[in-house]
Amino acid sequence: MDIHALQQIVHNTRDARRKQTIPKFSPEDRDQLIHKYHPDFRASAYRPIRFGPNINEKTVLELATLLEGESLITDDVDLTPHYTTDVLVVGGGGAGCAAALHAHNAGAKVILATKLRLGDSNSVMAQGGMQISVAPEDSPVTHFIDTLKGGHMQNDHDLLKIMVEEGPSIAKWLIELGVLFDRQADGNLHVKKGGGSSKPRLLTCSDYTGLEIMRVLKDEVLNQKIQLLEFCAAVELLGDDQGNCTGAIFKDMDNHRFVVVAAKAVILATGGIGRLHIQGFPTSNHYGATGDGLCLSYRMGAKLDHIDTFQYHPSGAVYPEQLIGALVTEGIRSEGGHLVNAKGERFVNELDTRDVVSSSIIRECEEGRGIRTMSGRVGVWLDTPLLDAEHGPGTVEKHFPAMMMQFDRFGIDISKDPVLIYPTLHYQNGGVKIDTNSETNVKNLFVAGEASGGLHGRNRLMGNSLLDLMVFGKRSGLTAASRSASMKQGMLTLKHLQRFRAEAKKHGNPSGVISPMILPAYTRKTG
Amino acid sequence: MAQEDKENVIDQPEVLRHKMVTVEISGKKYEVPEGITVIKALWYTGQEVVRGAGCLGGFCGACATYYRTKDDPKVRTCLACQMAVQDGMSFTIMPPFPARKALYDIQSLKDPKQDLFNLYPEAPLCRNCNACTEACPQKIDVREGVWKAVFGDFKSVSEMFMDCVMCGMCTPVCIADIAPNLVALYVSRAQGAHFTEKPQGLDTRIKEIQDGRFNDEWKKILKMNEKELAAHCASVK
Repeated sequence: MDIHALQQIVHNTRDARRKQTIPKFSPEDRDQLIHKYHPDFRASAYRPIRFGPNINEKTVLELATLLEGESLITDDVDLTPHYTTDVLVVGGGGAGCAAALHAHNAGAKVILATKLRLGDSNSVMAQGGMQISVAPEDSPVTHFIDTLKGGHMQNDHDLLKIMVEEGPSIAKWLIELGVLFDRQADGNLHVKKGGGSSKPRLLTCSDYTGLEIMRVLKDEVLNQKIQLLEFCAAVELLGDDQGNCTGAIFKDMDNHRFVVVAAKAVILATGGIGRLHIQGFPTSNHYGATGDGLCLSYRMGAKLDHIDTFQYHPSGAVYPEQLIGALVTEGIRSEGGHLVNAKGERFVNELDTRDVVSSSIIRECEEGRGIRTMSGRVGVWLDTPLLDAEHGPGTVEKHFPAMMMQFDRFGIDISKDPVLIYPTLHYQNGGVKIDTNSETNVKNLFVAGEASGGLHGRNRLMGNSLLDLMVFGKRSGLTAASRSASMKQGMLTLKHLQRFRAEAKKHGNPSGVISPMILPAYTRKTG
Repeated sequence: MAQEDKENVIDQPEVLRHKMVTVEISGKKYEVPEGITVIKALWYTGQEVVRGAGCLGGFCGACATYYRTKDDPKVRTCLACQMAVQDGMSFTIMPPFPARKALYDIQSLKDPKQDLFNLYPEAPLCRNCNACTEACPQKIDVREGVWKAVFGDFKSVSEMFMDCVMCGMCTPVCIADIAPNLVALYVSRAQGAHFTEKPQGLDTRIKEIQDGRFNDEWKKILKMNEKELAAHCASVK
């Protein structure tokens, strides 16, 4: 049967569905659903880490192997620095740019290194928006409560309070830099309601919020003449006698030489892990999302937090094959788009948290109410034409131009036809444990953005990532800059690596894998 | 479910057939499965991709590509992660084009509409050839945007270029050496920083936080034990 025939059930049931209200799950039902269907609870996908700061704690096999991995750097490498700086930022996405700009503006000499180009990141793809409590009926406290609920009450309260309270001033900073947030008729910021939020709180730039913010931040990094090391992948950190962080070694992606950078403070803003394809899931993440910062920090002795939990975004594209894993923005559900199974029924409140919605989609598919594609993939319908029916013709095109264009390239008009979706690996809920200044337990080693952990608990709320990047990018940048103003550059040694290797040897270092991964191995080696 | 399988099948010819097609990548012929994306064709043919891949989601502009389909003389542009290969297609990923980006401090500009001509003096020299518009993989009317920028209609430019992924495909084709994407970026930032109303509600909220309007509520919440907090959270709908 072809796709149009299968879609008919969505068109035929639309009017009946519009009259329905689907209640949210009770806390008990919600827990039961997640435990049964969420990939975080698939025991066979996990194993304990054998050594290091998180010894005996469980994480997914793919990450455990990399954390226990061997460094590319041998003891005889020349540590004479090629560059010396106050603040070294690793990563060119939202957190990296925010950190570099704030450190620079505070008077520090900054180098920003990234393994691809400046701006190549997940941030650029963020479509849903940025949660900031600007509406009069909303408050930072309500933002705090919503996020806590979404994170299964596991969020670090101190980090979370800072994020929600600094949100409004971040919006002001971005506006002053020229970011064009959507407005209401009265000039105030337009807010949309996001999944898991009790109040409309999402600031948006149509469905290009991340792109718009990144265009501006990238441009600003260039205008401020911040020194860039593009196509340089961090492969090891450097430390002094006391184990404090003092720099990093990079591999130049062009000539494969090592580049040594001495720095008074290092900020890792290396992003997430989608390209590890945990449990075989497709991913919405960018090419370089291979968890490099986790491996580097771990070897240096930094403790990780919540690294057993990942976010599977409910709506990754399943059809056409070329878009597998690509995100269909949550904004569609925010504006009332229904999720529909093969029988034409809704099965979850579409605005519940991401883990709940994903679990319920997996449940529908595992219980035989999914729609199977010729390539063997299964999914459920997201009723996009409903938005035009509900809010008037042209709504989808006006509010979701990026989505329209992405599907239009393959001849699919999402304002007329529903799209087939299934959860896609989207976000690493945990990461390197940080304090409120974004610093790890390793002195002068900061981590900001998706690579850090604690803030989001066990499930990140939609729209909180962009805010996380900006707030903790800023805090890490400012703290690193002020710290570096009053200290001397420390020695460059690989003592931490000797320690890590000794521990690995004791436990038999069975993986033998080199980490960080840097880029996924997609290149076919055999004919 | 097994019984339903035969019913619940979406027609996907490209996956069904596993048909191989011939494509030409930077001048060399290869056989690749029909329907995979251009970027996947590079991986399939054993090429290491460092430059020319970024977000893989159609947003970052790293994989700007020139391509031509079989027997068609027209050279077109696409994003390699968003385009399926077809038989007889030739393509080449575009290396970064050395366009000049003006440097400016957006906040301290005194007269952004006039400053455009100092920062990008080539902007008003557009000769209306429309090549930039044809080159845009995001279907932006780039030529129109350049003219609107020159005539000071910054608002329209910022709206038209919201889709711009900064791939830069509009720059090498310009016979007046304009970099339209960079012009539009400047114009959009100026629009946001100088010509858009300041949101009053935002300033009010920032002041409320500074003045401690929420302090009592914070105190109440942060004092709660786990159980009380869970109960409080459950009460917020």
